[in-house]
Amino acid sequence: MSLWAFYARNSQEVLGLAGQHLYLVAISTGAAIGIGVPLGVLLTRRPAWRGPVLGVANVFQTVPSLALFGFLIPLPLIGGIGATTAIVALVLYALLPIVRNTYEGIAGVDGAVREAGRGMGMTDWQLLTQVELPLGLGVILAGVRVATVVSVGTATIAAAIGAGGLGVYIFRGVAVVDDTLILAGALPAALMALAADGLLGVAERRFAWRAK
Amino acid sequence: MQGLGYRLPGRGTGDEGSGRFLVQDVSFSVGAGETLVLLGRSGSGKTTTLKLINRLLEPTSGDVRVAAERAADLPVTRLRRRIGYVIQEVGLFPHFTVERNVGLVPQLDRWPQARIAARVRELLMLVGLDPDTFARRYPHELSGGQRQRVGVARALAADPPLLLLDEPFGALDPITRVELQREFAALEGRLGKAMVFVTHDVREGLLLGTRIGLMLQGRLRFLGTPDEFRRSDDPECKAFMAAA
Repeated sequence: MSLWAFYARNSQEVLGLAGQHLYLVAISTGAAIGIGVPLGVLLTRRPAWRGPVLGVANVFQTVPSLALFGFLIPLPLIGGIGATTAIVALVLYALLPIVRNTYEGIAGVDGAVREAGRGMGMTDWQLLTQVELPLGLGVILAGVRVATVVSVGTATIAAAIGAGGLGVYIFRGVAVVDDTLILAGALPAALMALAADGLLGVAERRFAWRAK
Repeated sequence: MQGLGYRLPGRGTGDEGSGRFLVQDVSFSVGAGETLVLLGRSGSGKTTTLKLINRLLEPTSGDVRVAAERAADLPVTRLRRRIGYVIQEVGLFPHFTVERNVGLVPQLDRWPQARIAARVRELLMLVGLDPDTFARRYPHELSGGQRQRVGVARALAADPPLLLLDEPFGALDPITRVELQREFAALEGRLGKAMVFVTHDVREGLLLGTRIGLMLQGRLRFLGTPDEFRRSDDPECKAFMAAA
């Protein structure tokens, strides 16, 4: 059966799974931004925490994703079978690029600009919101972009713990050795990753002040 | 504007790690209309002294008074908004237009928009930049000299009684530098502000200073008028005069 015929026959299901996939990625990336950006900012204020925090985030990144999903299942509250567990795992994965790029984006702001801002009587909050975050935004968005693209890929594995998404087709295709079925999941996931990469890339260049 | 003086008696700041004193027992006062030039070699403590005044560095001893108030008693952001600050690298915000850069401190102090706009125009003209041409430009669209003019305008925005300048013309090409020095000399008289001007260029110091403070190894070695400086027998003063 050709891929197009498969899509034609299962359009409802395809859209449903793609929607689930998008949901997993959007929620987890959103949460990772919500946690990662403040954490990255914190590291610029508490340099001593940088090593430990980035180290822990790095460890999450090195755990194979299937294993991380597995580890989370027995945990109370965040664990179990389904989307919640998958989202927690995806957040842990997305954290490192976002935290690291937030830190680097802010640390990379010209020291003279920071000194001038402070010397003119900006509070730390004003300096952060009016100077450091806007100037670091390009680098921070680059981190978000990496996190999003990785999440789209990793989210396919979430199907293994019953979270749904496009991985459902891939796992089913692997199980019954059906290339069309694998492709039915892999192709939209790849397109989703490319779209996210492209859109966030545009946003990133739009805010890359440093180049000027 | 009376009683405007800054005394830094017996101050010193220790580098916390080594306990070394970067600045020790430096005392002086500057009145309105006066420009005290802090002259010295690299590492003599000039910039450190400047940063002790606006508390970018906190003095470990001694105290600073701005317009009779102890700097240490004021909230640090309020103190700094009353002190204009100009640095060699300028430090304009690259994502702000010239207009927003100059209007920064008034904006922090929540002036009404119309008053900020009028003040920005006035200041740009004061530093020799046509507001209609430059107000909407970004810093990367300016030459080095224009950028430093904007830096000076920004420091003057909220009409602070005191101005701190850290080698403001140090990074400019020689011709632009002389041009800005001359204009600045003319500006000094008109503004009537108290200024502390850091430089290692003795000619610049003699041109712009009403008094010269010569620093050596964290101490104030000499303090006097430019004429006294020229006639001084101090070997460090002589060394600087020889370089002029």
